[in-house]
Amino acid sequence: MPRLPTPLTLADHGKEQGNRTDPDAPHTAAPAESGAVRRRRRRESATAWAYISPSVLVILGLSVVPVIWSLLLSFQADDLVTPSRWVGLDNYRALAQDPHFAEAVRSTLLYTVLYVPLSIGLGLFLALALNRRIRLVGLYRTLVFVPFVVSATAQGVLFSFILDPEFGAANSVLHTFGISPQGFLTDPGQALYALIAISLWSGTGFCVVVLLAALQDVPASLVEAARLDGAGRRHLLRHVTLPAITPVLVFLLLWQTINALQVFDLVYVTTKGGPLGSTSVIVYFIWEQAFKNFTAGYGAAAAYTLALALIVLGVLPRLVRALRARTGRGIEGATR
Amino acid sequence: MTATSSAPSLSSSPPAPRVAGADGGPGRRRRRLPFSAWHLLLAPLCLLFAVPLIWLALSSVMSDAEINRFPPALWPSGIHLDGYRYVIGNAMFPRWFANSLIVSVTAVVSNLLLGSLGGYAFARMRFAGSRLLLGLMLATMAIPFQLTMIPTFLVMKRLGLIDTLGALIVPSLVTPFAVFLLRQFFLSLPRELEEAAWLDGCSRLRVLFRIVLPLSRPALSTVAVLTFLTTWNDLTWPLIAINHDTQYTLQLGLTTFQGQHHTHWSAVMAGNVLTVLPVLLAFLAAQKTFIQSITSSGLKG
Repeated sequence: MPRLPTPLTLADHGKEQGNRTDPDAPHTAAPAESGAVRRRRRRESATAWAYISPSVLVILGLSVVPVIWSLLLSFQADDLVTPSRWVGLDNYRALAQDPHFAEAVRSTLLYTVLYVPLSIGLGLFLALALNRRIRLVGLYRTLVFVPFVVSATAQGVLFSFILDPEFGAANSVLHTFGISPQGFLTDPGQALYALIAISLWSGTGFCVVVLLAALQDVPASLVEAARLDGAGRRHLLRHVTLPAITPVLVFLLLWQTINALQVFDLVYVTTKGGPLGSTSVIVYFIWEQAFKNFTAGYGAAAAYTLALALIVLGVLPRLVRALRARTGRGIEGATR
Repeated sequence: MTATSSAPSLSSSPPAPRVAGADGGPGRRRRRLPFSAWHLLLAPLCLLFAVPLIWLALSSVMSDAEINRFPPALWPSGIHLDGYRYVIGNAMFPRWFANSLIVSVTAVVSNLLLGSLGGYAFARMRFAGSRLLLGLMLATMAIPFQLTMIPTFLVMKRLGLIDTLGALIVPSLVTPFAVFLLRQFFLSLPRELEEAAWLDGCSRLRVLFRIVLPLSRPALSTVAVLTFLTTWNDLTWPLIAINHDTQYTLQLGLTTFQGQHHTHWSAVMAGNVLTVLPVLLAFLAAQKTFIQSITSSGLKG
């Protein structure tokens, strides 16, 4: 039985056969379901559906339908215009042999493997440094975080300007140090690393903010106790702080990985996959197949491959946690 | 940027006693803070994060001659507003700005409205299938956008919305994040207040709008800021859904603008400043809420 009484305006309505109509009815109603209660429930149900139906329509309509459609699409040859043709697993087979897809997977993995640990490592370092009583610490935190709200487009435009091999400020700064001009985003050997650097510029702040919050939740009594036991700064970090924030580190690892595997906007604005395909990441590949080459089925197959990789990533930590729980090492405070 | 007043906001949860003093408390306490050797490390490092944005602002007020010479001037000789004049005088740019604003503001308003209705129903009403539905909605958060972008394009095409702002508005009308976050917040409110209103004969809708929502400011502003940020900054979906440049959003316009006006860098940078400015202002205005939403939504997600 709902704890909230149904509103008078609704409950008073109409032809309740001999049931009491006082406002306290649901509180005092007999244990047996009377007609009035059932009726009220139905009304509440109807109201609830009226409230949630727009959300359900938009959210489920634009996720469940596309997920199924995408799967069907991946078994078809489709150019987004003419009727599609069923080709079975041909798209996936072609994908397995496509050197461009292999290259996209390689760049994406390299990007992820470098960006994720670097952003978390740098974030942890900055968070530890910013988690102390010094002047201007608020300004520092803001400075580190602000790039995060800058859109990937704006970042891309800004950095193609700064890193322009001929007119860019970066080369002009290098010039004053006597270093010869670099190609940056136009050099196939450097472009991906330049992209990683740009992503670090904008993404580290996120790690800092999350880790700062975690550090401030480390119980002060624990730190104090360890200190009294003679723990030095390094011991404190290794045996108290890091274990306490491990759940947050795991979360960041997952979050940053998922974001790294889906990088697109920055690539589109700066290099468009070039030079020589050196920055063609998976999502760029999907976009190119579907909306440039008009092979939507092929793109959908690539998208499904990426999604499967992400699902595995999503399931893996849960598996690890389950295993850990089995070995009896329940981590307290892991979930807040 | 307010140096000291921003400090408490950046520490999300109630600050531990250890750091409380650093948060710009009363002046007496601040004076006691000694100069720390950490500044030698932190100042340059944090400055590194600021430099590109400073350079963005500086280059937007440089004259084209200053920008295009090599090595480029690192400091403008004066404030040249040619870039801004060009951008604002360009018929397309204000239009893109307006398009972005329309899409983002609609998304914010409708996320608040539909998210509140949905979240309230999930938090306080009983109906068949509510658990299953909530579970399904949560599950959709895990679906990567890349998986749905091609079929969503096809759905929008069937609806005849491709190349209109409608294609940008419809998918962002309400997100599972808004519904879920608001539901969680509503659950944390005491029921007694609502019950009192019930007994006084308030309708469901009235209770929601008169009692629940005024108490939910923090959650509502979180949803508003995050929705604004993601819709304003989005490039991928507009790139797919829009072809004609009168329907471009600012982000999309900026990418083509850059290509067309490569030699007119001051204009490109002025355009970039105008693109970044709204989110920057939104962030600085709602810094506290925003940081909290990042940490709490992140850790719960």
